[in-house]
Amino acid sequence: MAIETVPPPASHEALSQQRRARERLKVFGLVFPGLFWLTFFFALPLVVIFIYSFLTPGPRGDVVWIFTFDNYARLFTESLFVNAYIRSIWLGILTTVICLIIGYPLAVFIAQAPPRWRTILLFMVLIPFWTNFLVRTYAWMIILQNNGLINWIVTSLGFPRLSLMNTQTAVLIGLVYGELPFMVLPLYASIDRFDFTLMQAASDLGASKFRAFTRVMLPLTMPGIAAGSVLVFIPTVGQFVVSDLLGGAKVDMLGNLLQRLFTRANPPNWPLGSALALMFMLVLMILIVFYFRSTTEDDR
Amino acid sequence: MNDGIAIELDDIVKSFGDVNAVDHVSMQIRDGEFFSMLGPSGCGKTTTLRMIAGFEFPTSGRLKIHGKEMGNTPPYRRPVNTVFQSYALFPHMTVAQNVAFGLEMKRVPKEQIKERVQKALELVRLPTFGDRYPRQMSGGQQQRVALARALVNEPEVLLLDEPLGALDQKLRKEMQFELKRIQEELGITFIFVTHDQEEALTMSDRIAVMNAGRVLQIGTPTEIYERPNCRFVADFIGESNFIEGTVRASNGQYATIETSDGLEMQGYTEQPVSVGSSVVLSLRPEKARLSTVNGNNSQKHEANTFPAKVERVSYIGSDTRIIVRLASGRTIDVWEQNTRSTLDRDAYWQPGEAAILSCSVENALILTS
Repeated sequence: MAIETVPPPASHEALSQQRRARERLKVFGLVFPGLFWLTFFFALPLVVIFIYSFLTPGPRGDVVWIFTFDNYARLFTESLFVNAYIRSIWLGILTTVICLIIGYPLAVFIAQAPPRWRTILLFMVLIPFWTNFLVRTYAWMIILQNNGLINWIVTSLGFPRLSLMNTQTAVLIGLVYGELPFMVLPLYASIDRFDFTLMQAASDLGASKFRAFTRVMLPLTMPGIAAGSVLVFIPTVGQFVVSDLLGGAKVDMLGNLLQRLFTRANPPNWPLGSALALMFMLVLMILIVFYFRSTTEDDR
Repeated sequence: MNDGIAIELDDIVKSFGDVNAVDHVSMQIRDGEFFSMLGPSGCGKTTTLRMIAGFEFPTSGRLKIHGKEMGNTPPYRRPVNTVFQSYALFPHMTVAQNVAFGLEMKRVPKEQIKERVQKALELVRLPTFGDRYPRQMSGGQQQRVALARALVNEPEVLLLDEPLGALDQKLRKEMQFELKRIQEELGITFIFVTHDQEEALTMSDRIAVMNAGRVLQIGTPTEIYERPNCRFVADFIGESNFIEGTVRASNGQYATIETSDGLEMQGYTEQPVSVGSSVVLSLRPEKARLSTVNGNNSQKHEANTFPAKVERVSYIGSDTRIIVRLASGRTIDVWEQNTRSTLDRDAYWQPGEAAILSCSVENALILTS
């Protein structure tokens, strides 16, 4: 029998230490790309914006290194900004609620369809993504404009022409259209997991359809509602394409103001834009924290 | 109150597409009865239960609960409650909240709810589990919660849809006993759906045996087992030797039949049979008897006596199961209880041994096919 050389026991600890060091290096290697990305493309720009928001705008779109609260003061005093905040949040809430009202029954319908149909229906929800969002929004312009599809139908039925373009309604239609899939998909995931015998159990125990829904189905599908709402609300509030194209310059949302302050204004005003962007982030974060608190409390 | 009938089904049909899942079913279930619907899967027992609960509506026929026509009354307006096969407990509510749900729906005052929930949990022996969530409990405990959640509403009839199906053998036995105790304690009518014949036999006052959407026989466990009215019932409940033949002579409740392999046997029948008709004779293995050829047993004088040869012997502890072959080549199953505790080899049958197979006329049941 061959005799193997046994390493002295003292080296055991050194070996495991080596192994641990190698393990740590491996973890770092895995985390590094993501960490790098977040630091350079998210955290650093945020710091820049934070610093800029306290500086004074220069005459040629540059910044003057004089510390000031003026930018923030303007946000709270000038009606242009205050209105844009209110309108953005209002449109965000409306879009979210309408998407929920349309999306929930749709998700239930898909979840209860026979398996083969389910795939087809889900596919149909995703089909719009195959076309560029800008192109789809232009399509809505064609549908909504004065000589567009809707007015052609309305007038040929003998009703007076509607003026839809460049109104808040047009923007809302565009927003709901664009965001609906982001509501339907998380809702579907949640409803698909829901056991519909629970509705029968509720009914058996004396609950009407409505009460069975509010007491059993709604709380149990709340994670889907919360996820869908956040996925719809956040991009909606920051939208500027839809409000620009379908709202003209008449329905300004925060995104439009931001875009103008940073690029189109003459001269551009980066400090004010930075303050606007940061405030916007803060408001969104507060709203979302509140929302999550209120929806997930029952659902431990 | 009423005529003592809790549920009345009158010529109920339920079709799904072209298929009649329930095919002209009529039955009456009495107040305070433990009534089982027994049959293989797809026999229509669950659909029947779901129609009583109100989850499905009959295609035709009438359904009454305590004399009141149910028609299209939705489940939440019926005086019945269901224990589901999957329990269907609300996962986002505690046990106490689950049990309180039905009472809240009926807007029972809060203090009363608390009291009744506690009483219900005591009834199912889970008095301290109110604050737990269903997922923190075992299957057997969830089953009890489902039971408490239904019973707390004091339903006139409790519907149970294979409630013990998901439990292991030991827990099943325990819950069978428990269910029976609760039913006797409360005196509520229980309608119990199962495909397990032993479960139905141990618990029920009466059993309806169903197959292919029809009710074949309704009776007490003894009636169903000892006097099955057709081959399916005799085959589904317990085991049986089936011997096909033609009636040669008939005398009221007794008849003589001749089988294709030339045996002549005498049997008992509930309904008189006419000479020349083809019938099937059912002989339970534990009711057939085996005796030694040169012994001096009275069994030899029984009406049906045939020389046989022991072919296979399986010793299963309480019983010995023997397959014997008759001279004609036909095999018959015979079960003998091991009443004597012995290691003596001669006390047990050995393969190849010659024997006499016999059965009394009363134990050979003639069934019309």
